[in-house]
Amino acid sequence: MQYDTIIIGAGLSGLAAGIRLAYYDQKVCLLERHTTIGGLNSFYRLRHRDYDVGLHAVTNYAEKGDRSKPLNKLLRQLRLSWDDFALCPQIESSVVFPDCTLRMTNDFELLRSQVADHFPAQADGFNRLVQSIDEFDPFAETGGYQSAREHVRKYLSDPLLENMLFCPILFYSSATPNDLDLRQFVIIFRSILQEGFSRPYEGIRRILRVLVKKFRGEGGELKLRSGVKQILHKNGTAYGVELDSGEILEGQRILSSAGLVETQRLCDQTFVDETESTGDISFVESISSLDCSPADLGHHGTVVFFSNQTDFRYERPPTPVDLRSGIICSPNNYQFDEPLAENKINITALADHGYWLNLDDEDAYRAAKQESCRAIIENAVKIVPDFRDHIVDQDVFTPRTIKKFTGHLNGAVYGSPTKQLAGTTPLDQLYLCGTDQGFLGIIGAMLSGISMANAHCLS
Amino acid sequence: MNEEQIRLVILDILDKIAPDEDLSDLDDSQPFRDQMELDSMDFLDIVMELRKRYRVQIPEEDYPNLVTMDSTVTYLHPLLKDVESPA
Repeated sequence: MQYDTIIIGAGLSGLAAGIRLAYYDQKVCLLERHTTIGGLNSFYRLRHRDYDVGLHAVTNYAEKGDRSKPLNKLLRQLRLSWDDFALCPQIESSVVFPDCTLRMTNDFELLRSQVADHFPAQADGFNRLVQSIDEFDPFAETGGYQSAREHVRKYLSDPLLENMLFCPILFYSSATPNDLDLRQFVIIFRSILQEGFSRPYEGIRRILRVLVKKFRGEGGELKLRSGVKQILHKNGTAYGVELDSGEILEGQRILSSAGLVETQRLCDQTFVDETESTGDISFVESISSLDCSPADLGHHGTVVFFSNQTDFRYERPPTPVDLRSGIICSPNNYQFDEPLAENKINITALADHGYWLNLDDEDAYRAAKQESCRAIIENAVKIVPDFRDHIVDQDVFTPRTIKKFTGHLNGAVYGSPTKQLAGTTPLDQLYLCGTDQGFLGIIGAMLSGISMANAHCLS
Repeated sequence: MNEEQIRLVILDILDKIAPDEDLSDLDDSQPFRDQMELDSMDFLDIVMELRKRYRVQIPEEDYPNLVTMDSTVTYLHPLLKDVESPA
């Protein structure tokens, strides 16, 4: 079978790329190892309850018709209408540090005034920082890594404010510890602080269903339970894949969302140093189902990013889970017309992937999961109302779960610390999209698929 | 297609790429980009839509011909004159 493009991975980037290519009449095959689509942002049903993985919030909220915003550009590229994703804006989020809380909504002016109230001496610097971000074009910069911390320190001198701004940005995007590339900082600053959060009523299922329907409607072919064993290449040019089943598929080009190191392993090649290029940032998340809504308990926050210490550390922790910081997210706390059928609170904390991946005894793994779940919730209820008496069911994912379902080595949620913004590899006709190309989050992943399809597969 | 029919095809493509723009007072002699918000991704889509609909291949060195409506129609006319109008 000869395809124009073979795409590895039916996550958000692979689906978006697939729609572009199928729309323009390419013969496209989208391969997914698992029984369902979604990759890092997927869903499952457990004990009669629906769960989302990955999705806390869709970033880059934009109103219908605001053409210059990334969300609306993306919808145009996919020939979807604004109503297809049915995004509903957040209520309010916050960054909570010792003795200081910054509130934020999808109106950036709230955060600006919060900074002025809590850090009057920094207000002018903050406004100049925002101006520098507004004037920066992250897509035009072609140079190497620039430290975002260094840039921010040109404008802000208070380390507490600096850490409070970096906390949500690192948590929601960074594959590198404690700092990140300035280009990515700017993209994420805009997408979460300036544009803000939203969520479809039905969660990630809604977005995935729209994408897969569009992909199939344009003639794309989706193969589930079709893991790729190796990428076939000859004389430096990729020409196909061999599936786990032994079946061979040939294609003009291959677009891989498997990750940088993961893709080079599929080629049996060394493009980059494995140790340096494998990410270290992973998480444990507990998802608690409650017998009442979070609002009934007095919790109205959409996403709460917290750190128990002023010196926020975003890194692989020395303990199984990092109890110094975390994220508390409730899918109920969006401006929905009707309440969700289920009530949930998710608590996320940084985790040591080495600890989790080396637990080979199943009983020890289960016990560690339970203990970490207990500890991160105990930590979180110092910040939000105590919901523990209302828990009716619970599930936990760990770096091991992430590795199993996404194939990311180390369970590294944000992939490799070295991003391949151009999407090229040393092999001709083999390109990268998704997490390791460098646009992150739900919207970022789709933009990655679209831009790599445009750049490498449509010309 | 004659030139007027090609113009309508281009308007239809622009409407698809930029559904919220008002195209009724488009000045055919002025660049599209000065009159509506079109980024490079949108621009690529004009080329791709023409390829999808009429199998016309537009090489990259010819993209400057697609700056205004007038220049686009002039450029496309020889390529599309034997194609039947969709209307």
